[in-house]
Amino acid sequence: MSAKRLFIGAVAAAGVGLGAAAANANETIKIAYQEPLSGPFANIGTAGLSDFLFVAADINKRGGILGHDIEIVQFDNKLSGQEAIIQLQRAIDQGIRFLLQGQSSGIALALGDAITKNNARNPDNRILHLNYAAVAPALTNEKCSFWHFRFDANVDMKMAALTNYMKTQSDISKVYLINQNYSFGQAVEAAAKKMVPANMPNATIVGAELHPLARIQDFAPYVQKIKASGADTVITGNWGNDLTLLIKAANDAGLDVKWFTYYAGASGTPTAIGKAGVGKVFMITEWHQNVLESAELEEFVNRYEAEYGDEFLFYRSKNTLEMLKLAIEAAGSTDPVKVAFAFEGMKYESELGTVEMRAEDHQLFQKLYVSKWSDNVKYSQEVEGLGFETQGVIESADTRIGTVCKMERPS
Amino acid sequence: MTDRAAGSVRNIAWASYLRSYGLWVLAAVAIFALPHVFDSRANQSMFGQMGIFVVFALSYNMLLGQSGMLSFGHAVYFGFAGFISVHVMRIIESGFAFPVVLLPLFGAAAGLALGIIFGSFSTRRAGTVFAMISLGIAELVGALAFFIGFFGGEEGISGDRMSGPSLPGLSLGPQIQVYYVIAAWTLVAALLMYAITRTPLGRMANAVRDNPERAEFIGYNTQRVRFRMFALSGMFAGVAGALFAIQFEFLQFNNIGVAASGSVLLMTFIGGVGFFMGPILGAILVTFLELELVNVTQAWLLYFGLFFVLMVMFVPAGLAGLIMRHQPIWRAGILHKLAPAYGLALVPSLIFAVGAIGLIEIIYFTSTRAGLNTVMSVYTITFDAVKPLPWIIAGVVAAGGFVLCRLTFPTVRKVWDEVFLEAMAKLNR
Amino acid sequence: MELVVFSLLNGIVFGLLLFMMSAGLTLIFSMMGVLNFAHASFYMLGAYFAFQISQAVGFWPALVLAPLVVGVAGGLVERYGLRRVHKHGHVPELLFTFGLAFLIQEFVVLGWGRVGVPYRVPEILNFPLFTLFGTNFPAYRAFMVLISIGMFVALFAILTRTRVGLIVQASLTHPHIAATLGHNVPRVFMYVFAGGTALAGLAGVIGGNAFVTNPSMAALLGTIVFVVVIVGGLGSLTGAFIAAMVIGIVQTFSVALDVSVGSFFGLLGLDLSSNSIFYEYWTLTLTDIAPVTPYLLLVLILIFRPMGLMGKRET
Repeated sequence: MSAKRLFIGAVAAAGVGLGAAAANANETIKIAYQEPLSGPFANIGTAGLSDFLFVAADINKRGGILGHDIEIVQFDNKLSGQEAIIQLQRAIDQGIRFLLQGQSSGIALALGDAITKNNARNPDNRILHLNYAAVAPALTNEKCSFWHFRFDANVDMKMAALTNYMKTQSDISKVYLINQNYSFGQAVEAAAKKMVPANMPNATIVGAELHPLARIQDFAPYVQKIKASGADTVITGNWGNDLTLLIKAANDAGLDVKWFTYYAGASGTPTAIGKAGVGKVFMITEWHQNVLESAELEEFVNRYEAEYGDEFLFYRSKNTLEMLKLAIEAAGSTDPVKVAFAFEGMKYESELGTVEMRAEDHQLFQKLYVSKWSDNVKYSQEVEGLGFETQGVIESADTRIGTVCKMERPS
Repeated sequence: MTDRAAGSVRNIAWASYLRSYGLWVLAAVAIFALPHVFDSRANQSMFGQMGIFVVFALSYNMLLGQSGMLSFGHAVYFGFAGFISVHVMRIIESGFAFPVVLLPLFGAAAGLALGIIFGSFSTRRAGTVFAMISLGIAELVGALAFFIGFFGGEEGISGDRMSGPSLPGLSLGPQIQVYYVIAAWTLVAALLMYAITRTPLGRMANAVRDNPERAEFIGYNTQRVRFRMFALSGMFAGVAGALFAIQFEFLQFNNIGVAASGSVLLMTFIGGVGFFMGPILGAILVTFLELELVNVTQAWLLYFGLFFVLMVMFVPAGLAGLIMRHQPIWRAGILHKLAPAYGLALVPSLIFAVGAIGLIEIIYFTSTRAGLNTVMSVYTITFDAVKPLPWIIAGVVAAGGFVLCRLTFPTVRKVWDEVFLEAMAKLNR
Repeated sequence: MELVVFSLLNGIVFGLLLFMMSAGLTLIFSMMGVLNFAHASFYMLGAYFAFQISQAVGFWPALVLAPLVVGVAGGLVERYGLRRVHKHGHVPELLFTFGLAFLIQEFVVLGWGRVGVPYRVPEILNFPLFTLFGTNFPAYRAFMVLISIGMFVALFAILTRTRVGLIVQASLTHPHIAATLGHNVPRVFMYVFAGGTALAGLAGVIGGNAFVTNPSMAALLGTIVFVVVIVGGLGSLTGAFIAAMVIGIVQTFSVALDVSVGSFFGLLGLDLSSNSIFYEYWTLTLTDIAPVTPYLLLVLILIFRPMGLMGKRET
């Protein structure tokens, strides 16, 4: 499939030349989607791809952007920094001006660095980084960049939302933190250590643990430590095997706690959690299957599921592309500088309320949902009859936290 | 001797020069011209990466091919030197006046130092003990790189190659300049490593590889020979690591662990450990496959695995071994006689490949496709992948190609043997 | 007390599991000299086959059938792949298994998809066996312990009490002599490889539902099985058993104890203030370095005792 498209892409890139704005009427607006699409971590990349393809097709059906269709071009970075940088160059070579990426904050930071350098060195070939999933706070704080926009709530915002929900639960008093020992896990731990005492006066942190990433087979020793601490609640940013193995070991040992997670809804995890996690596993997201506030959105999701035979996971893919459409229309061109300025401070009426891209640090603010793995749901996720059920809604205004970002803007 | 005879002798001399050195001239032209022919920046950085891995694989072959030491941890020296280089780059950024193009000197020093440290205890024995110590070290360093600040954790660390004093016309901004810097260093490092094979140390390493007892018996300290080769090999790996740092301005934990070490082992082996040029060919081919296959097909890992398994099974001497088997025939000037036989082998092979690839693509598409769409296209033919017809066609083509291969290969082999004997006879005359 | 009991218990369980995963590799590596990098992939195959078979006929038949299927696959790999490569030496063999690991990975993705499969513990074993200090000990863990001990005993008996075992034993220590005595060594190799992979498959059958069954499970296991084999010593099943137990217990204890490198030096009377440049190294806790302790052990053992704990010979 892609050999041919690559060829067409190369020809098109040659045809477009330097001025991206000079696209003619039947030229598509190409957007790179760069994630791991093969190998052991392929499922995290392919999960988002079909969501973006569907949203793009939806926009194209409504006439595209300024009369141009959107074309999503796939790039596989194999979850490696160096491959990510090469694939970025490849995208730029093809005249692509927008990059969708988000799986792994490490990759996002490496790309951010490469993009900043590229955009300074090659003013005619700039590219914008539309980050829909990498949540390390640094990306909109110390390492913020004019070329980067984040459409997911970051670790700190989600922690603020989580703790604000948790304080309303009277049965939460002893909190244990267990996270993966790398930038994201450390960020979750740091945020919890700050916000649990600040937001939850009746709760204390009874233990904090960082464990090696993706290397633990048997979590029983860790579960033992949680048990020994007397915790009634665990906050964890773990994802993938590290989350499912942890919950599994806890169930085996009869550890009865509530799990407040970031990624219980990630592809494959609900299957592994299964019935054993009902009523115990919570997660914080910008959306989940059973947010039914907007009939329009429900209809959209059902349409997706009818077409793809799979569940729609990333509502933020919709916000990302819809806002890109607005930004390009407001800028009147696909010139990355103009589009970036158009993004700054942009407000957009999503199905779930107003979202806003803060100009200061390029962080999107949106409503967040705390949900629970439950057997009382309309739409199930992966496991028949089970899905996430909303427990609390945190308004966009309540997720606003400060930033230390000092951004350099092109004059 | 008449003039005419002298003339023909000169002609023969020219021809044999061309046969011996023609490849080198061609290589020099290619090194210079390729980044201008395929001039996108992604291609230029791919060529740069090839250069980096040529140095890395050559340094690896100082261990495996020349000294018989199988290492699972060579990326430790590569990666450590790379991290050091990025750190130096950052120091340069904050005022240390040192040209970035000379960073490989730092890399070499770092690789050498670490090679001396780890080599001092790991080279005492060869064989499995050495291999497993290298594996242990690679796992240790790879895991530590994840949570020690020096390595920047999962995010890695980055620098800016455009900082510090620069030579006129060499800002290191454009990819093409980086490519030429890498090419120059690659050339220097490759020449030095070639020179080492010619030194007494290089010869002794071969002796220690082939028969350690005898080498020991005639008075050589085998452990010292291994240690010296190991340290030097670490040094050249360090040069490669520094070049990597210049090219990517970024290093990450996965450049230092077992996976990266496995990758250089594959490159070296695929290229052929028995010949100096083996790792060069292997590095170029494997880098190309790693970077390009992924853009052509989603099933690249499968093809990658198949390629390695088939190479190991059928071409264990590597690409260089395959090429060198033709050397006598080429020198005897009868290479053209192989053309019909190769032509005969090529057609059924292609038929088989077309069928097999088609089948793999269909299987891959139907089992990993996103959503309910069943229409795919292979070789620009669009069809519905859940219908049996495409499966049957691809299967029949593959099977037919396979049968044809079985039928024609014995003939090809026979021709090959005849031509080879003829060449040997000619050369020995 | 509580801590010690549980750490010991968890350590033993994990150690036994490690042993089960590496027993097959010990046989293969000791006998054929093949560093089988695809061993973890056969473990993965075992789990997937068991899932598939248990969907159709239930867990108990799968417990027997899945390892057999894996063993047959392993035998075929040896017969039509490895044997061909064998004459070229150990490095090509190793690279062959390297490539094979890729292929098995892709095979699993093609057959069962990129997301894991819900392979679960059978209901009959899904209950807490006993409760100690308020923590349950699941019956399935006890079952795993039984299987791996049974496996150890059976293997030991086969190797020391049967004719086949004696030939294998002979080939372990003196491969050339076994051949001169007229035994068909290539065929012995094939059976050993098939048997070794079947054992990995069995580990997959009972590990896959205790942990996870997904395409990254082989990568999660990683190279730790090599550590067990090498530390235990070439040709020694008992050595592998001890090594697995040691690694299991050391790892569990290093998770349980909150000791940092700095506090260790503190005990020695060295005061390391927080502004020391190596501060971050002193604050590394044992828990942080728990996963690398096996590799540390590997390097140290090989430096000081290259034949491993119970090895009969060096390679």
